[in-house]
Amino acid sequence: MFSPKTSERIAFAFLTLAIAIVVAFVFTIIFYITSNGIGAISTDFLTQGPKNRMTEGGIFPAIVGTVFLIIGSMAVALPLGILAAIYLNEYAEEGRIVWIIQMAINNLAGTPSVVFGLFGLAMFVKYMGFGASILAASLTLALVVLPVIIRASEEAMATVPPGLREASLALGVTRWQTVRKIVLPIALPGMVTGAILSVGRVAGETAPILLTGAAYFLPRLPTAISDQFMALPYHLFVLATSGTNIAATRPIQYGTALVLLLIVLGVNFVAVMIRRHYKKKMRW
Amino acid sequence: MVTDTFAEGIETEITVMELNLWYGAKQALKDISVDIPKNSITAFIGPSGCGKSTFLRCFNRMNDLIKSCRVEGDVLVGEDNIYESNVDVVELRKRVGMVFQKPNPFPMSIYENIAYGPRIHGEKNKEKLNSIVEETLKAAALWDEVSDQLDSPALDLSGGQQQRLCIARTLAVKPEIILLDEPCSALDPISTSKIEDLLMELKKDYTIVIVTHNMQQAARVSDYTAYFLLGELTEFGETRQIFEMPREKSTEDYITGRFG
Repeated sequence: MFSPKTSERIAFAFLTLAIAIVVAFVFTIIFYITSNGIGAISTDFLTQGPKNRMTEGGIFPAIVGTVFLIIGSMAVALPLGILAAIYLNEYAEEGRIVWIIQMAINNLAGTPSVVFGLFGLAMFVKYMGFGASILAASLTLALVVLPVIIRASEEAMATVPPGLREASLALGVTRWQTVRKIVLPIALPGMVTGAILSVGRVAGETAPILLTGAAYFLPRLPTAISDQFMALPYHLFVLATSGTNIAATRPIQYGTALVLLLIVLGVNFVAVMIRRHYKKKMRW
Repeated sequence: MVTDTFAEGIETEITVMELNLWYGAKQALKDISVDIPKNSITAFIGPSGCGKSTFLRCFNRMNDLIKSCRVEGDVLVGEDNIYESNVDVVELRKRVGMVFQKPNPFPMSIYENIAYGPRIHGEKNKEKLNSIVEETLKAAALWDEVSDQLDSPALDLSGGQQQRLCIARTLAVKPEIILLDEPCSALDPISTSKIEDLLMELKKDYTIVIVTHNMQQAARVSDYTAYFLLGELTEFGETRQIFEMPREKSTEDYITGRFG
């Protein structure tokens, strides 16, 4: 076989290759979408609704819809997910019940998003009577990202050294104060990462909203959480597969994809800022 | 068990009566009774796994954190039986502070580490906090080394400085008793001797109980020594007596290094 030195070189070559392929894909996608979509971006594109049977005009209603979905689903999923993670990591004692909860969360994470869509349709749209709406779609998306948020938060809290909790408790500090003053600040950067991953997911999911409130086309903006809405990923899907003139709307399609990408990158940027702020505050 | 009766006039700070402790089905402490004197240093010695750290953690009920742990018997801190059901464990831990084996400062500034406890317990006055920080750092013999860098990260300090910071952090809550669980086992000899000097100083105001693996340390700093073996308190008495004329064969064997 190979000498240790040679096999080291071969292993390193493969690792480098793997990274190169990953990076190449990411940059290709970003470059491809940017170069094709940048031409479509204009003030009108960002601030006007679609015109002429969606072959012209802008995507403003879809941007608004996607932003509403992000806000709505995060408002539900973040507190719920973080509180659940605190319970699981800081309070729950190992045992059968916790094991069942963990299994349930894992299964939730592996559930196809179209199944969430069907559940949302049955539960929120029909049974709870919210109708096809921002509310129903936000709740459905919240369920989709809940396991991501819980997992990321739990993992972030698990990295906090147990000795710090003991030190705090030994000072006559309650468990909840310890969670708030020691565990959460240290875990926050990791939790923010989880939240960001889920924003990307919310912004991009199509199947769940398709079944719970996303509209093919709306002549006006939603005015209440009980209204239907347009959203970027579904709008993109519509333009690319069932628009009135698919070929003619290519630039609009790429423009839409670019806007979606920029929203997610923008949120990422905010996350990096938050992380940096808290890293500075908790000084390792 | 053999216990020396103390000289007249020695006040007891912690009274333990027939304490038994189990981890699940395994009994870790067997029928321990002992009086720990006030304003003195009591050392717990014994081979690994003898239960001395477990016993120490009974005094501030840190064992409560372990689900399978079950305690029977009475522990009086001052007059209060701390294993009664109506005892507020959080209040107890303010009275009975603890310093751990591995220095564990919070990832904050030196100042914030000390202010953490008082602040959570309601102290908001900035000047008051400043003076607590200064006093406790002085008491922990760290002030001269860090007074000009209170806002720098505690984790930038050396291991020995971190451990003294942890002692200062404990003092800031104004405990009556300080428990130390092998506080020097991760430190170099110079840092160790600084901490030992510090403990000798602190015993004027506090009752100190220290678990140590280091026989010389027990002999150097402690007034009283308890020798544990296999979950039992084999011998307890004045340190000089324990080291010079142990009554039990196994104590002598351990102290002279024949096993352990």
